[in-house]
Amino acid sequence: MMEAVAIPPFERFYLEHRVEVLRLLRRRLGADRAEDAFQETFLRALRAYPRLEHGEHLRAWVLTIAQNVAVDALRRTRPQAELVETGVEDGRPAYAELADLTDGLSPKERAAVVLRYGYDLPYDQIAEALGSSQDAARQAASTGVRRLRRRTTR
Amino acid sequence: MTFPADLDSSFRGAALTLGLVDIGFDVVETPVGELLVAASDRGLAAISFDPDPDDKLERFARIAGPRVLRSARAVDRARRELDGYFAGRLRRFDLALDFRALPPFTVTVLRELARVRYGETTTYGELARRVGRPRAARAVGTVLHHNRIPIVLPCHRVVGATGGLVGYAGGLDLKRRLLELEGVL
Repeated sequence: MMEAVAIPPFERFYLEHRVEVLRLLRRRLGADRAEDAFQETFLRALRAYPRLEHGEHLRAWVLTIAQNVAVDALRRTRPQAELVETGVEDGRPAYAELADLTDGLSPKERAAVVLRYGYDLPYDQIAEALGSSQDAARQAASTGVRRLRRRTTR
Repeated sequence: MTFPADLDSSFRGAALTLGLVDIGFDVVETPVGELLVAASDRGLAAISFDPDPDDKLERFARIAGPRVLRSARAVDRARRELDGYFAGRLRRFDLALDFRALPPFTVTVLRELARVRYGETTTYGELARRVGRPRAARAVGTVLHHNRIPIVLPCHRVVGATGGLVGYAGGLDLKRRLLELEGVL
């Protein structure tokens, strides 16, 4: 009987595929937007990782996730009318929901807004994620939200 | 292509913040060399005298799960306490420990070992008596030889019946240095 291929520790999987995933996302989305998409890809992979049943085809698996993340990102930039036609998506992560709205913000503001209002994280954790102080995280989130309001009321 | 360091560290930070890491690890610099330290959400899980993570990732996964990820922040607390210990400021570690994947006898011995205080020593036989297995000194020795969390679990404070240093996974020199630091030798 064949032994199932063992699931590698995530670090090994990540180191093996991160360059190829980033290349793919840069081709699809351009260098700037590829960075958010890269994080989203590997965060999705991390969420699903404990449910993997074997370690086969992991390259195809992560490239599929990256493709999906890229499609989501591209769809967000299309006009509203087309968005409606594509139908409702189930289980869309909060990150993606908010990303529609937060496109015009700086990366730090966007991350702060998404972590605060998408993931409901307290400011101390957001500060950790951003590598900044709590005050700076709070500031980034509130500036971000203010800018969003200005945009939506315009 | 060299991978962008800021993107890498921002992914690792986000993964940890979102609670998606089963066990995080990083290298910690100490006066006795680089240590590889691993911690889960339950606590400190492993310390290795060989800082190369490559052949230890599977071991970490067996302790806590497959989401093994390098992350400086995952071992921050252990790093701070180890810094304090080596600076002579800290005499008792206050770290939760992750004993998963260890046999019950090993856990019993390690818990007893944790009670051997800074600056004191004991023997394999004495430790065996304390866990209620007075004839199991050799088995106790084996457990200590495979101690997954050395330094914090002070197997360096356990010496032979005649007071000799006997063995240490990190080498006898290191055992001597730790006991010197603690003022025993």
